[in-house]
Amino acid sequence: MKQGRFYPLLVLLTAMAVVFAACAPAQQAPAQEEAGQAQEGAAAGQEAAAPSAGENVIRIYTSWPLQGPMLPEGESMKRAVDLALKHYLDARDGQGPAGFTIEVVNLDDASPTTGSWDGTIEAENAQKCVNDPDCMVYFATYNSGAAKVSIPITNRAGMAQITPANTYPGLTKPWAEGEPDIYYPAGNRPTYFRTNAADDVQGWAGAAWARCLGYQRVYLLDDRQLYGKGVVDAFIQQAEKEGLELVGRDGVESTDIDFRSLLTKVKAANPDLVYGGFVIDSGGPQVIQQMAALGLFDQGIKFMGPDGLVNPALVEQVGGPEVANDNVLLTFPGLAPSQLTSPEGQKFFNDFIAEYGVEPSPWSTYAYQAMQVILDSIERAGTKDRGAILEAMRNTQDFQGITGVFSFDENGDPTLTALGGNIVRDGEIQYVGPISPDMYPDQCEAANPWQ
Amino acid sequence: MTPTDVLIQQLINGLTIGAYLALIALGYTMVYGIIELINFAHGDLFTFGFLISLTLFRFFGVEGTLYGFELVWLFSLILVLTMLLTGILNVVIDRIAYKPLRRAPRLAPLITAVGMSFALENIYANWYGPSQINYPDFFPRINIVTEWLGLDSPLLFTTQDLLLIGVTIPLMVLLRLFVQRTKLGKAMRASAQNASAAAIMGIDVERVIMVTFFIGGALAGAAGMIFGNFLHTGRYLMGFDAGLFAFTAAVFGGIGNIVGAMLGGFIIGFIKALSDQYLAAQWTRAVIFAILILVLVFRPQGLLGLGETEKA
Repeated sequence: MKQGRFYPLLVLLTAMAVVFAACAPAQQAPAQEEAGQAQEGAAAGQEAAAPSAGENVIRIYTSWPLQGPMLPEGESMKRAVDLALKHYLDARDGQGPAGFTIEVVNLDDASPTTGSWDGTIEAENAQKCVNDPDCMVYFATYNSGAAKVSIPITNRAGMAQITPANTYPGLTKPWAEGEPDIYYPAGNRPTYFRTNAADDVQGWAGAAWARCLGYQRVYLLDDRQLYGKGVVDAFIQQAEKEGLELVGRDGVESTDIDFRSLLTKVKAANPDLVYGGFVIDSGGPQVIQQMAALGLFDQGIKFMGPDGLVNPALVEQVGGPEVANDNVLLTFPGLAPSQLTSPEGQKFFNDFIAEYGVEPSPWSTYAYQAMQVILDSIERAGTKDRGAILEAMRNTQDFQGITGVFSFDENGDPTLTALGGNIVRDGEIQYVGPISPDMYPDQCEAANPWQ
Repeated sequence: MTPTDVLIQQLINGLTIGAYLALIALGYTMVYGIIELINFAHGDLFTFGFLISLTLFRFFGVEGTLYGFELVWLFSLILVLTMLLTGILNVVIDRIAYKPLRRAPRLAPLITAVGMSFALENIYANWYGPSQINYPDFFPRINIVTEWLGLDSPLLFTTQDLLLIGVTIPLMVLLRLFVQRTKLGKAMRASAQNASAAAIMGIDVERVIMVTFFIGGALAGAAGMIFGNFLHTGRYLMGFDAGLFAFTAAVFGGIGNIVGAMLGGFIIGFIKALSDQYLAAQWTRAVIFAILILVLVFRPQGLLGLGETEKA
């Protein structure tokens, strides 16, 4: 009975593998990988452990949503990975890292029913990589929630995992109760790495940026959620170093919408900046809108917030461009491809458009940069061994990525943390310049929206 | 702002918060007075008033702020339509969810009320989306303190605050007059005291219940529309929060007592504003509910409740 039920599925998978292999576009390197991926997909369907593809092949499994509303981002990150490999091979006359042939296997961790990431699928994907003796690095995830599922799996297997996009601080450093150790059951940290900044760095960079822009008296508000409160806590740490005066702090109920009495108190405290740890649905838009209504913006007080508020709907929700223009500053924990200034970054941006005809999505920067790190680690390890490659990745020193030169710290976080400073202007969220926790005083000018 | 300015401004804030809470609280207390049901879906009628009035403004093609004659007739028309539609919705809710359970144990309609609340919230989430909704300035906004009175003061009391006070207080007075002076009001009071005795005396109790739901809904609808016009923001879940505070206000003032609900609403408004200012915003809810508990411990019938004698 059981064999009978699975037989059609097997036929279908095999048929799909053949079709994919035949339809693969006639490009050089990416075409080979896609064919490899399709065969891999079929193989994974047939057997629990894929057969070894040969001594000379190293596989990298990626896992992030490739369907549903995340498809444009997921597809773009996948293309950025392909492009990073192509650039790497082109620069070395087709010679792979340490002489190995690299195969990228793209897995999807989204559920077909909801279209967003699914813990069960993510766990299966991580397990597929662990079970494949050729898989040396697990390249995942997009969603921090999904990373909480896969980090323990790769940690137990003693192999490296690197993300193109996770920003949740607790994945790598103390944050909520028990973090980050609960994600590393085998100890042996770090086995998980990121090349983008975590959310708390936004608080640090926000405080440095505030000092750069000449603000001295800051009132802090948050929604008392893990993210909002955490970012504000980080802001306070840095604000004390920067010598900013913190004139007050309040936490609001995230379901409340009438903040007039609280904002009257804020107004009476006479700050020149209000820093708000909010996401788009937890009171941030109301705070901005009622700051305008109570005349705080008219007094020259500005609002600064983290990327939870970086959302195109924000301007409409706070009451339109005339309310938000030039009054709302927002930080973003990374640089979008169009914001890269290094020659490598611009080459990536231009080649991506030339290759695929569209602009790369925001997180493609970090998909590309993480792929650079993976290839470099394999090269330095020089052998096809998970432990050696993990060790090489830990020892990544002064690495030239497309966002700048960085090393990994003892948590697996990058030492260089370039973030984007944005302002609402002309009714949209516009990029001003790069910001970072140590930007004061030398790099202030580039991120001043009024110069 | 001097400390005195801050205090005055917070009292103004408290007054405006109290005004809309009181209007919602009336619906809780009236329904409880008649059929001893806590209508948990009542807060969501407030949201309905907010959403339907926004829809009506768009239906009538209003783009920006209204002025002059257009302001008077169009604004009043939409206010009346909003109250009418929200009142009818409340009557429909009663027919669907509460009337079939009129003789069931009291817990049963309480559960259907909670169910109705969830149903409405999810309908709103589909109707206007789950995000924050911006409600534009349809009513002109002028700072009365500086523009009309010509005072050089940091205080803010706008025409929109005045609108809130100017609509809610007359509505409360009208309701009080209606209940005290009209025949239907008398029938409501009689049904509240003893429904079976009222029925024996020839009062159509079902009709009285219908009128009660209609008036309660209409007041919540008016509160929703005025709230939108003065705070300009809302979302599908806003009724839950507002409903919670309004319910507290009703209990505070003595559930079943109309003047008590108004008083409770204003007291909670003032507590919220003063606690936000002089304590901390994160303590405000704790303060409000602590005071509620103290009142209930030492005066279980609420501030203006009549106690045992009122119950049937």
